[in-house]
Amino acid sequence: MSANLTPRAKFATTLLRTAAALSRATGRGDGSVIGGRVGLIVEPRLLELLAEGRHVVLISGTNGKTTTTRFTTAALEAIGKVATNSFGANMPTGHTTALAKAPKAEYATLECDEHYLGQLLDAASPKVVALLNLSRDQLDRAMEVTALAAKWRQTLQASAGQTTVVANADDPLIVWAASVCQRVVWVAAGQSWTADSAICPNCGAHLDRFGEFWRCTNCGLNRPSPQWSVAQQGEAVVGPDGRRYDLNLQLPGRVNRANAATALAVASLFGVDPVQAAPRLSAVTSVAGRYAKVERDGRHLRLLLAKNPAGWLESFDMIEQGPPVVLSLNAREVDGFDTSWIYDVDFTSLSGRKVVVTGDRRTDLAVRLEVDGVDFIVVDDIRAAIAAVPPGPVEVVANYTAFQDVRAEFNRVN
Amino acid sequence: MALSTLRIVWLYPDLLSTYGDRGNLLVLAHRARARGIDVEPMQIRSDQHIPHTADIYLIGGGEDGPQAVAADRLLQDGALSRAAEAGKPILAICAGYQLLGASFYANGRAYEGLNILDLRSDRGPSRAVGEIAGEAAPQLGIGPITGFENHGGRTHLGEAVQPLARVTAGVGNDGATEGAWAGHVIGTYMHGPGLARNPKLADLLLAWAVGVNPAQLPPLDDTWPERLRHERFAALSASQ
Ligand SMILES: [Zn+2]
Repeated sequence: MSANLTPRAKFATTLLRTAAALSRATGRGDGSVIGGRVGLIVEPRLLELLAEGRHVVLISGTNGKTTTTRFTTAALEAIGKVATNSFGANMPTGHTTALAKAPKAEYATLECDEHYLGQLLDAASPKVVALLNLSRDQLDRAMEVTALAAKWRQTLQASAGQTTVVANADDPLIVWAASVCQRVVWVAAGQSWTADSAICPNCGAHLDRFGEFWRCTNCGLNRPSPQWSVAQQGEAVVGPDGRRYDLNLQLPGRVNRANAATALAVASLFGVDPVQAAPRLSAVTSVAGRYAKVERDGRHLRLLLAKNPAGWLESFDMIEQGPPVVLSLNAREVDGFDTSWIYDVDFTSLSGRKVVVTGDRRTDLAVRLEVDGVDFIVVDDIRAAIAAVPPGPVEVVANYTAFQDVRAEFNRVN
Repeated sequence: MALSTLRIVWLYPDLLSTYGDRGNLLVLAHRARARGIDVEPMQIRSDQHIPHTADIYLIGGGEDGPQAVAADRLLQDGALSRAAEAGKPILAICAGYQLLGASFYANGRAYEGLNILDLRSDRGPSRAVGEIAGEAAPQLGIGPITGFENHGGRTHLGEAVQPLARVTAGVGNDGATEGAWAGHVIGTYMHGPGLARNPKLADLLLAWAVGVNPAQLPPLDDTWPERLRHERFAALSASQ
């Protein structure tokens, strides 16, 4: 760790912290990105040098990586200090800052953007890599999803070496990418979105599905037997030996139980007993504003972030039956300019409840809901949405910048 | 109406389904049902036979590999070509549009298409991604079109087809024209789904399917689709 850093790396680290602090002081975010950029200019190998000697886990996938990173951090804190990029700055600049800010941390849990997995494998030599899922996301600019899985497969084959991969057995793209690795721990983490894996990523033939099992009709790629799973009944994770670990999560939905299963699987590879780790996950109550509960004028809002079709479907699975739902859609640069994906989401489950639509692209949502026969009202912003619903619980589902707009209205609630 | 149940086939969603392609099926079904027409949506996988008896055929976009596989299976099946000869309405998007032509380019080489539309496609100098708008062929009576495109190919039209529209924003076939039509077959680069943003195009397909003039379809309340069209055209004029 820092004791072993070269003078140049120490200088780079100091500059990084200064730049990050300045950026924070001037109100431009938490400074992770700018700080990391400054540090890496002075010492291009800074990330590698800062990671050296630490026990690192990388967590990547289309959905759930921020939450899984938080869960994993909470679990690993049972045995030591953990460096983590908890503000969602999930590219190398953010990773560099996370490590620089925690020079004494023996462990590091790094959320990793899907496109940087290879770079991080090389730079951080992780002990564990957790791969959650791959589905369509921001298609108008990102690499298409099968191509991304192929890139992961290549990267893992070249660089995984001594790394243990914790991977989702329910996602054929993940299984195909991870199956080149020597050591894989499979988690039955579920798949809420199957449209991107109707055909085999390995050979292009059809995948047959029987319940949760799936198999390629041609090349034999199939669902590996998972060592970790989410219990059928109640809120618990079942470990490799069949033992059941009760959860008491503050975050809703099946998908977060799956994220917890992945976190416990990762933590146990670091030597943390799930009996000790599971209760620690209850301390996570919201993740950068996601799942946060806020109140205004007697309306109790729960904020759900959903960036892509799989995320929207997962949110609809999480929300309580009954309360009004506010949907907010933007299509700014980070969201992707193309709103077409809303036609990949089935909104019919919202039928019969009060639905309020807002965001820059609320008209797109209005047309979409009309096609699905869901009644709705359209309002200008989140304030108007709050005024449009009666006091009581309200579920808010928003995509990335729309979510940040809602969060800003509540003083950037965490 | 001439039909008791309108059968709308969505071809090969296992191979060709990106960018909200399912939406075109949903929009057609919604607009038919709103007029009291029963609808039977059918999703036909690439390992199934294509029904001869459907009333509208839809085919969507996809990546290079699946596009080549889909073209091969469609050629072997033959039913889509027979549907075109029989005058059944066909709407093809992006990769699905390209494979209706004589040839298209995928995986770094040319492939034989279905030859349903007189056109051929190759690679363009850059990927066309963004809003697209145009003036539709006046014979179609659907007014200006609006959509979102995302494709690397360029399409060259032959004598036996007409462009769907003259491009006013975006790229389409080649920067000048967008899409193509002949008889009751329409191809376009507008995904997302094109029919949600162009309800008159949806109604044209429905009218062809049931054998009436579009003006004879009972009008629907298109407040929201019209508002969306207005917004998209306004956004384009602001950015130009
Ligand atoms: Zn296969």
